[in-house]
Amino acid sequence: MPPRHKSLVLLAGVILLQVLLLAVQIKRDSQGRLIRTWTVGAVSPFERAGSYGFGWFRDVWRNYFALRSAKKDREDLRRENDALKLRIAQLEGKAAETDRLAALLHFRQLQSDVPMVAARVIGGSAVPASLTIEIDRGEKDGIRQSMGVITPDGVVGKVSEAYAHTSQVLLLTDQRSGVGAMLADSRIQSPVGGVGEPLITMKYVPNDDDVSVGERVITSGMDRIFPRDLPVGTITEIRAGVPFKQIRIKPAANLEKLEEVLVLLTLNPLKGDDVPAAKPAEPVASSPAPPQVVNP
Amino acid sequence: MNRAFDLRMGESHIEVYKFRTGAIPIATLLALVIQAWLPMHFTRAALLDLPLLVVIYLGLSRRNPSTGLLLGTAVGLMQDSLSGPIVPLGLFGIAKTVVGYLASSLGARLDTEHPAARFALTAGFFIIHQAVVALTRRILLAQPEPWFNLRLFAGALVNALVAVFLFVLLDRLRRPS
Repeated sequence: MPPRHKSLVLLAGVILLQVLLLAVQIKRDSQGRLIRTWTVGAVSPFERAGSYGFGWFRDVWRNYFALRSAKKDREDLRRENDALKLRIAQLEGKAAETDRLAALLHFRQLQSDVPMVAARVIGGSAVPASLTIEIDRGEKDGIRQSMGVITPDGVVGKVSEAYAHTSQVLLLTDQRSGVGAMLADSRIQSPVGGVGEPLITMKYVPNDDDVSVGERVITSGMDRIFPRDLPVGTITEIRAGVPFKQIRIKPAANLEKLEEVLVLLTLNPLKGDDVPAAKPAEPVASSPAPPQVVNP
Repeated sequence: MNRAFDLRMGESHIEVYKFRTGAIPIATLLALVIQAWLPMHFTRAALLDLPLLVVIYLGLSRRNPSTGLLLGTAVGLMQDSLSGPIVPLGLFGIAKTVVGYLASSLGARLDTEHPAARFALTAGFFIIHQAVVALTRRILLAQPEPWFNLRLFAGALVNALVAVFLFVLLDRLRRPS
């Protein structure tokens, strides 16, 4: 038999055998388990080794080479994070500002009979001993010296200097500052002034008057600068003194974090018939007369 | 030492190559392992049929139809075995037997060393291989199988392209003549 015929016969025989193998599998559904077992057993170690090798290579690639850009990514993300933090802070500031302005507007609407102008705090005092702030409204806006400055929370102080476009405000905590006030419950009147500290004092309340810690202090309107019943502060400490009680008051307005204020555009907000039925503090005979609230 | 020998057919003079010891089993095993493993990590690698390329290469190089068809049978059956229970033993075995035989027979008549010839032959054998698989599935197994489609066309081109480079690598396994 020629070699070519031999190979043809071999081809036919091999194919026939495989066809029979297929037929057997289909008929018995045996799937040739033995051959599969042998083949899988022979090949699987190499597959496993290849898989481990590839896994090692992949890990090295992912954990080292592919991380070369991670530093740059981290820097980019850090910068983006910083920018986002800044943006959030700006938005939070704007939201807080919106709330404050809404409160100011609401307060203005409630006090619509008192002319006032809103101003933004643009600076503070250059000297620590002087407790003043700078606002962005001045004489062009109708502001004059000695006008009252308030927030919806309470009294802030008085305009000490009015310039064309800006004004300087003497805070209630300054030693030179004072406001006509009275106790909200007992209606005892007494001026309140600063001592250069965060707390202000009410100095001319006789020792025998009944005053309690936590009592609210409001404007009396007698200084003819502030309308009456504006919050001034809350009593935090009472000590007996000679001849008057030493009463320390926490200001109602947060004087350390002022951003927007209202300037009362009148020097005489209190009309004659508006005088409250207040009980003036009667200094004892031996004590010096209480000073009047000074309108600078 | 010249380990190659000449096969004379009429006026043609075609060299028959021998390979380094263990080169054929190792290449075959490696092709099967890579074929079983590569598509798990790279889906598009499923287009490749490395065992088929090895069968074609060895068939074209050895140029002995009996050796070629037996090698094709062995590789095909092993590929069937590694393909899970959904592929019956003999499906790829028959196809690669036919391809092994044809590659060996054709290699004995043509010079298949040129890259263009290798590209064309591989594409042709891929199509024949697919035709035999489809025939087996349709007739013997009564399973639906497309004769040819765009994916198989792409497979033919990809395998032919890979074969051009793979065969150059496999040429290094030949014993120096």
